Amino acid sequence: MGSSGEMKQNFLKGIIKENPVFVMLLGMCPTLGVTSSAFNGLGMGLATLFVLLMSNIVVSLFKSQIPNKVRIPAFIVIIASFVTIVEMVLEAYIPFLYEQLGIFIPLIVVNCLILGRAESFASKNSLTASIVDALGMGMGFVIALTALGAVREILGNGSIFEFRFVSEDANTLILFILPPGAFIALAYLAIVFNRVTQKAT
Amino acid sequence: MKKKESTLINMVFVLFAITLAAGLSLGYVNDITLEPKAKARLAKKMKALNVVLPQFDNDPISDGYLLKMAEVKDSVEIYPAYKDSVFAGAAITGVSERGYSGLVKLMVGFQPDGQIINIAVLEQKETPGLGTKMKGEKFLRQFREKHPASFDLKVQKDGGEVDALAGATISTRAFSEATQQAYDAYIIYKEKNLISDN
Repeated sequence: MGSSGEMKQNFLKGIIKENPVFVMLLGMCPTLGVTSSAFNGLGMGLATLFVLLMSNIVVSLFKSQIPNKVRIPAFIVIIASFVTIVEMVLEAYIPFLYEQLGIFIPLIVVNCLILGRAESFASKNSLTASIVDALGMGMGFVIALTALGAVREILGNGSIFEFRFVSEDANTLILFILPPGAFIALAYLAIVFNRVTQKAT
Repeated sequence: MKKKESTLINMVFVLFAITLAAGLSLGYVNDITLEPKAKARLAKKMKALNVVLPQFDNDPISDGYLLKMAEVKDSVEIYPAYKDSVFAGAAITGVSERGYSGLVKLMVGFQPDGQIINIAVLEQKETPGLGTKMKGEKFLRQFREKHPASFDLKVQKDGGEVDALAGATISTRAFSEATQQAYDAYIIYKEKNLISDN
């Protein structure tokens, strides 16, 4: 992992070829749970991006110090610490987002995307490569969650980022705000995403 | 660097070091966010008070107190408002656990005679796009300047006068219940207050 070409490849794979949501279908719990609006999706995506970045950095730094047999508990403690820090900081400085995301913030700990990257990438690669990997994967996650949230908000609530373009009483497709709508919207977005990226490559 | 062997002593030492570092950093972050967290909660309460109370010149939060009611699990919070030392109204919290997904907590502002000034939603976990419309102007408008003694705080389906949110009758019912509870608390508060005043 040295040349900038490889670096770029490493970054882009998280967004397109190995997009955590649309291609690898990782971290479905927050993906389906919080994306009832574009803002929630974006907030959840950014919180996850931060945790992923920090855990990749720490795991990569201490990879040779962590004995193989206890690596999973070690990773989990590291990830859980960063999640708790995110939770406390959000509650203190962005209480609005903290309330919206609720139980899904502590649940970032069990997002398999984060443990997956720590285990399969950061524990085997250099610090820079791990940072680039985390940024790519994290951005892929942010983009996917925001897109899903936007689609659900537009169809289900007639608004985008709280900006309404239909009147308050208009009949919108409430189904898309409700949990089943998350599955439906995710399925169609995944189809479109894979169709477009397959054609492009 | 060579990877550490998985010997018992290595494993115990590494896990101990990691948990120690995690504990220390969490304690540190907790310390520095303690004050902003309390401030954020206070600001939220103050914002709700400003919405539901008439003009006041005292500090309702420091004048506030807790009222114990038989049928309410937690105490009811009461925040009286005074303007030029004259009682101008009070903000009272109302809680219902019968929302569509649990707790609904409101802050209801009352005129001295018991008329509702305004209602602010403090906490709710209702369905986005349906039950969350209880925070909307269109729904809240029907409660303003109504006196719970003459305005039946029940959903129309249950024989009351509250116009339910479309598709969210359960949320509306919880909202009505919480409002009624706040009013009941206000009546008790007023009786107590009058006795102490005279």
